[in-house]
Amino acid sequence: MRHRGDGQPLRRDPQDRLLGGVAAGIAAWRGFSPTSVRIVLTVIALFTGGWAIPLYCAAWLLIPARDAETSIGARARHDSAGITLAVGLGSLLCVILLLAGVLNNNVVATYGWPQVVSLLCLTLIWRNAPDSEQEAIRHLVEPLESLSTGGGQTRRLSVIRLVVAALLLAGGLGWLVESHEKLSYLAAPLGGVVLVAGGLVLLLGPWWLRIARDLMVERQARARAEERADMAASLHDSVLQTLALIQRRADDPQQVVQLARAQERDLRSWLFEGRAPGEFDATSFGDGIRQIQRDVEARHGIPVEVVTVGDCPLDDDIGALLAAAREATVNAAKWSGASVISLYAEVEPDTVEVAVRDRGKGFDPDAVPGDRKGLAESIHRRMSRHGGSAAVNSAPGEGTKVTLRLPRTDTPAPGPADGTGEVQGKGRRR
Amino acid sequence: MTGSSSAPRVVLVDDHGLFRSGVRAELGRHVEVIGEAEDVGPAIDIIGQLLPDVVLLDVHLPGGGGQAVIAAVKQEHPDVRFLALSASDAPEDVIAVIRAGARGYVTKTISTEDLADAIRRVADGDAVFSHRLAGFVLDAFAAAPSPADVKPSFDPELDQLTSREREVLRLIAQGYTYKEIARELYISVKTVETHVSSVLRKLQLSSRHQLTRWAAERRLT
Repeated sequence: MRHRGDGQPLRRDPQDRLLGGVAAGIAAWRGFSPTSVRIVLTVIALFTGGWAIPLYCAAWLLIPARDAETSIGARARHDSAGITLAVGLGSLLCVILLLAGVLNNNVVATYGWPQVVSLLCLTLIWRNAPDSEQEAIRHLVEPLESLSTGGGQTRRLSVIRLVVAALLLAGGLGWLVESHEKLSYLAAPLGGVVLVAGGLVLLLGPWWLRIARDLMVERQARARAEERADMAASLHDSVLQTLALIQRRADDPQQVVQLARAQERDLRSWLFEGRAPGEFDATSFGDGIRQIQRDVEARHGIPVEVVTVGDCPLDDDIGALLAAAREATVNAAKWSGASVISLYAEVEPDTVEVAVRDRGKGFDPDAVPGDRKGLAESIHRRMSRHGGSAAVNSAPGEGTKVTLRLPRTDTPAPGPADGTGEVQGKGRRR
Repeated sequence: MTGSSSAPRVVLVDDHGLFRSGVRAELGRHVEVIGEAEDVGPAIDIIGQLLPDVVLLDVHLPGGGGQAVIAAVKQEHPDVRFLALSASDAPEDVIAVIRAGARGYVTKTISTEDLADAIRRVADGDAVFSHRLAGFVLDAFAAAPSPADVKPSFDPELDQLTSREREVLRLIAQGYTYKEIARELYISVKTVETHVSSVLRKLQLSSRHQLTRWAAERRLT
């Protein structure tokens, strides 16, 4: 039958796969439909006593994927830890089969033993295949994995399952032994196998334990490496980029200071508040205040020193207070000529207070130019509409201080000491 | 202790060489930098030998952090004063180093003049609060003590700020200088200093839940 398919050498086809893409690969190679190849393979598997499965696994291991340079097997050759693990798991399965073999010789011999090869192959594939292909194996071993990693509810369920399984096994074993009229008929081989298995466990047990431990250490190391990669990516996106910008604009001190400030703020909110650089979503009063700081510093290039004491959730009134505070801060940035603006916010059980202060040139509140008076009034009006108040203290040459006060009407806040502590102290991992 | 007449003798402890030389160059005109260290062990030795007026101490040091230095030095030389300096503003770091015995805390972005002023203040036995530290303290001593505080041994003298102390701290948090605070509240600068020192004492001795928890997060008791 020289009916060629695509004329390419035999390759697995990871795009169109159920497991490893071997059947799809053969189909493409020979020009059949993948479904018929799969049906044939399944039929063969049923009639060859389980030998088709290890053959399939071996093919998965040894035939390169279509877009890959080498087969998984070629990579697995250098994975000594994986080979050790495969051999360890294989020997464990051998012991189990040995035990089981005595009880039901035929089925186990025909279907069980070939799977030792499958297990070896799958272990190596699992450790060395690219991520996309590992998915398939992860699907297969998911139930086992949930035993070791499932937390809380799932773990309790697993324990129940284990206990029931143990009861069933013990019951079945007892029933099997009972069903033979003469106990000695079975006892001799069974005893022998138990002795052999015990010996093997004694011999290989520590080694298996070490493999399991190595595996765990390796998994932790991988998790750490991923975490580090995440951090490196974040630092690259923020800090390194900013440093590069600073170097290029070294001749413009104002710009450099502004860049450094913005970066500092980003880094702070990442390190101490657990917020990713660049991500900002105001969900509380304190967040809103920091948002004002960000915007004013970015837009007007003047540092804003923020101190917040306590915090509370956002609502309409708090939103109005924030809008007034923003107005006052922008005013200070635009008109005062001060080199730094102080923005202080305190949440008390019965009031919320914001003070915006600068040491700039100040003004005489009774003789202000029209445009500034308008802004001040918009602050006043906004505050009084929401039941609060605003006070402006200023004198020429003395700087300006705008104090905004809003009574809290909402449902009793969580105990201020606790609530504020949570907000201020969280997000710090050591 | 030297008074404010002569320049304070200062030891710098910071693990960043670049920062040490920068501070040394900038402070040269204002104070006398007599020694440097970059690690907890050497810092304890050099402070013991030189007995400076003020130790300018980084909060984050390899081998135990700033409070390890304070704890060790305070045992033998209770007169040496510490001013904590850090780029970090995590409340537990700041509160922990203050509770260990530092007389003040400033951030590394402080201007040279302000830093020299802070060192002089600490040398004279006063407390120095940055605006951020003032915010933390107000937070920690928030108006009503939490239930966890009140139960066993609540000492209103020690575990609560007076309304005057709160006012002073609020103004510090808003960036006021002591002189401006004195004018704002119609009190003398000396009285402002007394209030701040009293807050420092409460900060170090109080057993309020917030403070002990913050300190515990830095494994300090």
